[in-house]
Amino acid sequence: MTDAVLLIENLRKSFGGLVVTDGVTLEIGPGELHAVIGPNGAGKTTLIHQISGTLTPDDGRILLNGTDIMMLPPNERAKLGLARSFQITSVLPRFSALENVALAVQARDGSSYRFFGRAAAEKELNDQAMAALAEVGLDHRADIVAAHLSHGEKRALELAIALALEPKLLLLDEPMAGTGPEESERIVAVLKKLKGRFAMLLVEHDMNAVFALADRISVLTYGRVLASGAPNEVRNDPAVMQAYLGEELE
Amino acid sequence: MMTSLVADKPAPRAARFNVAVVLMFAVLALAPIAAAFGPESYVLGLITRVMVFAIAALAVDLLCGFGGLVTFGHAAFIGIGAYTVAIAGAHGVTDMAITLPLTLIVSALFAYVTGTICLRTSGVYFIMITLAFGQMAYFIAGSLAPYGGDDGITLPARSTLFGFEVFASDRALYYATLGFLIASYLLCRAVVYSRFGRVFRGARENPTRMATIGFDVFRFQRVGYVIAGSIGGLAGFLLANTTEFVSPAYMSWQRSGELIIMVLFGGLGTLHGAIVGAASYLLLEEGLAGLTENWKLVFGPLLVLVVLFARGGLVGLVTSIKARFSRD
Repeated sequence: MTDAVLLIENLRKSFGGLVVTDGVTLEIGPGELHAVIGPNGAGKTTLIHQISGTLTPDDGRILLNGTDIMMLPPNERAKLGLARSFQITSVLPRFSALENVALAVQARDGSSYRFFGRAAAEKELNDQAMAALAEVGLDHRADIVAAHLSHGEKRALELAIALALEPKLLLLDEPMAGTGPEESERIVAVLKKLKGRFAMLLVEHDMNAVFALADRISVLTYGRVLASGAPNEVRNDPAVMQAYLGEELE
Repeated sequence: MMTSLVADKPAPRAARFNVAVVLMFAVLALAPIAAAFGPESYVLGLITRVMVFAIAALAVDLLCGFGGLVTFGHAAFIGIGAYTVAIAGAHGVTDMAITLPLTLIVSALFAYVTGTICLRTSGVYFIMITLAFGQMAYFIAGSLAPYGGDDGITLPARSTLFGFEVFASDRALYYATLGFLIASYLLCRAVVYSRFGRVFRGARENPTRMATIGFDVFRFQRVGYVIAGSIGGLAGFLLANTTEFVSPAYMSWQRSGELIIMVLFGGLGTLHGAIVGAASYLLLEEGLAGLTENWKLVFGPLLVLVVLFARGGLVGLVTSIKARFSRD
């Protein structure tokens, strides 16, 4: 229990009368890839927002490596080792791919109040950024402005930014959203390669990807965890089949 | 293999030492020699004024062009700088070994305090709240009865340095201003391309992303605001010495607007564009005002044309013309 990377206890959040997170409890161990699935509107992205700090929960606890992070702003959570990718691609459009990642290296390096010296010429930052880009297969596109990358490349760039932060926990909010089948396969391959290095929380609609990657799966409906367990258990859980997966997994 | 639908476009390399910039400073350095053959004090006075406003415009470009923080109250810093010199002078302190650091400290403090409030907002709200603080400074200056109130106050003398009257001649003041302009330019350049500048520019691009990779965007923006405020204060220090007179009009919101116009006219986000913009604006004003009282009737449409057809201002226009010729 204590060695959980992420521990969420009894998390609650409502917008007016609408309860979007209804007593969610979740635990992710070191190196574990935990997928959260559920129909649209089940509260998956809201959950990610609360973990990363862009939304404040009404009640409950969020522990990152045993530290209560619930009241911390997003930037301080990031410093504790929380990285995330966004459902809607979020990169710095006018920065090159390399600079996007180098900035993340710089954030981890912890000394950004330097007013002299060209940041773009710092070999140490660039080398580490390049290594992260190489891991996601973007190293040959390092000099391209992010706005000019294809959608799939931008998604890969988000992964590289997260990697460069050397996170303890990576939150992936639909990394395959909007990508074609080929690009999805590439991202799955990259995630497979990264698996085990740090804990990951994956929210994804692509069931093939989820079952190919996840160590554990939680099914969310109406803000509640309906079932949680190994992929096989979840696949065969009658409640899950009835509520959500039913025909898809026949 | 992921393929890109858009044509590959490498990120623009951070501008190296641009020949045009060096040339610009060289022309400014040589201008007094040419001026000696004409109405010297008029020309020196005019170009000194241009350089003073160029310094302020650099600060505005730093905020607007690189930080995405459109400040509509930057004239307040010019005023604060000028009033610091005037008030210290009224109490017998004219040595810039004291007044210059004092100017920088006072304007940095004002930037820190107002920035703490302004930077909680963004977009139009930021514009309005910087305007509000600018107007506040304007009315406070107007109510300073012991220091001339609305009428302003005349400086007892130009600043001295360790008792030496270093600004005694217009030419000395001219070169000192040029020195400060070059220093401000180099400082802004260094800041923009530094680690700090990268975060500052990133905050304009995508503040949410910056926060999720671990940056406290607000603090970085506030440091940028303090730097720009101090540079504005420096411009005020020099303006007071140039005119030997200080009045609340230095802080009017029209002045703040003019600074934005200068930066837009010259080319936003280029730094040297701010200098070109300040020069074009003030020289056009001078030239057109000689022809007609309603010179803004000519300048207005000109500004519209530049903004419409030369997206990067005058500097952008030159760059795109150069690109066209090198392609052929």
